[in-house]
Amino acid sequence: MKQWLHPGFWLTLLIVLALGLAPVFTRNAGLRETGFTILLAISMAVSLNIIMGYTGYVSFGHVVFYGLGGYTGMYLIDTWGAPLPLAVLGGGATSALLAFGLGKAILRLRGAYFALATIGVNEAVRTFVANFKPFGGPTGIELQFSVYKQYGGAADALWLTYYGVIAISVFAVIFSYYIKTSKFGLGLMSIREDEDAAEVMGVITPDAKTMAFVFSAFLPGMLGVLFFFKNGNVEPADAFRLGFSIESLVMIMLGGQGTLLGPVIGALGYQRLRGLLLTSDAMIGSLPLKDFQLVIAGLLMLVIILFIPAGLVGWLRQKFAFLRRILV
Amino acid sequence: MSMLLQVQGVTKRFGGLQALTQVTFDLPKGQIFGLIGPNGAGKTTLFNTINGVYHPEEGRILFQGKDVTQMHPYHLAKMGMARTHQIVRPLNELTVRENVMVGACFGHENQSLGKAAKIADETLDFVKISGRSDQLAGSLNVAQKKRLEMARALAAHPRLLLLDEVLAGLNPSEIDGMIQMVLDIRAQGITIIMIEHLMKAVMNVSDRILVLDYGEQIAEGSPSEIANHPKVIEAYLGDPKLAEKLMEED
Repeated sequence: MKQWLHPGFWLTLLIVLALGLAPVFTRNAGLRETGFTILLAISMAVSLNIIMGYTGYVSFGHVVFYGLGGYTGMYLIDTWGAPLPLAVLGGGATSALLAFGLGKAILRLRGAYFALATIGVNEAVRTFVANFKPFGGPTGIELQFSVYKQYGGAADALWLTYYGVIAISVFAVIFSYYIKTSKFGLGLMSIREDEDAAEVMGVITPDAKTMAFVFSAFLPGMLGVLFFFKNGNVEPADAFRLGFSIESLVMIMLGGQGTLLGPVIGALGYQRLRGLLLTSDAMIGSLPLKDFQLVIAGLLMLVIILFIPAGLVGWLRQKFAFLRRILV
Repeated sequence: MSMLLQVQGVTKRFGGLQALTQVTFDLPKGQIFGLIGPNGAGKTTLFNTINGVYHPEEGRILFQGKDVTQMHPYHLAKMGMARTHQIVRPLNELTVRENVMVGACFGHENQSLGKAAKIADETLDFVKISGRSDQLAGSLNVAQKKRLEMARALAAHPRLLLLDEVLAGLNPSEIDGMIQMVLDIRAQGITIIMIEHLMKAVMNVSDRILVLDYGEQIAEGSPSEIANHPKVIEAYLGDPKLAEKLMEED
């Protein structure tokens, strides 16, 4: 088990823990809100990296797992009075199940066709949910305020969701590293490099790809429940916002796909930048700069693809041989 | 004699193109079986059909007595079939060792990662590129990539090895090294089918040879039978004197 001694693993874990625990020790609610957003982005990017970075399949509509998981959890809480941990697991399980079914069907597609199919799935699920009565149709689900009472009131419930997102992000890092250094992970990476060659060498590619998809869908499903529980309501437009998918892709590309640290650094960097943009008073002509957040995400992605396709961590690993032992 | 591989009346079409027509042969254990034919004769298609990349329209393929006609490449890999590709297919962003570990981990023996790393090092030693284990596979030159292909296939400890033009693009001293390697592999008890354009090499190492022309099997026999076979001389070598010349070089 010598892979657990790798400094790159501990570096990544420490970054996530430090980010997560700072608001806990300072009991600062403002820091906690920033922390929640960052840890959510980190967990999302780390999960997406399993199918995109390790396996080489760009899941463009990955937000569908976040949205459907979120909806399932909210439904369980609202209609069945399920406790939060159970709802979170339920959301994760539903997303994993969807990924399993989808995996069998659309993971045969390669390259752009797969990416397009995932966008189609997201749109289809969004439309379905918007017309599905038990999920509240177009208006979605709004939690009664009394729901938060069993968690000691709204303020304590906010802390509870925050602990939840810390736990998920820490688990995401450990799990992602475990996959990367496992035999299963080696199979995924061989698929990424040359799927036909991988098959010839005995990698059972349909099963491996489906499992990778399931693993990358489970945590986003749980995150959706935490986010919308904290939010108090969920609507189709929020739950299945394609922009969130694109942002997750940018985060991974920024930090370096296929690495453990990359999605963490990328999510952190992107969220900091976004935070700066959203709070900026600067104007471009007569328009406020904050309206350009997605424009900047798009430009950023373009620049990365053109100049550093390996992302920050990948680029550092290529440039400096000694860093290969430290960054993973 | 027990047959490792039996190909029975295999026909493969791509739309209107008849790539293979009624190809039939038996391959006993421990032989080197040469597969020759002009460009476009269907040699690589036959490999792809044997190892499950394509499924034939007619006929069947038995591997170790089991019908594998409709199986996928990964099933056949697990049953003990390994192959190299004519155009090398290294996993560029993985190290040379990791490339070979894929073969050991997922192939015939389904090894654990730790055991696979050991097998990879042994195999890289055998193909003589162990000095490059930690390099990325993409950084190797063509001759080294051919050895890597070989190592990946061998690391699975297969029963049957399909070699698709492992000599193409190598210089004369590299060719001699590769031929010796093929003979060493056979000495380990691994049965080999090799596609080769280099006549001298294939005539020297093969126990039997099958000749394909436009997807049709025009001859099968020992190297000397093939070299003197009128149909082969006519369709493949073109000039009857060339065959005599080839035999003299032995």
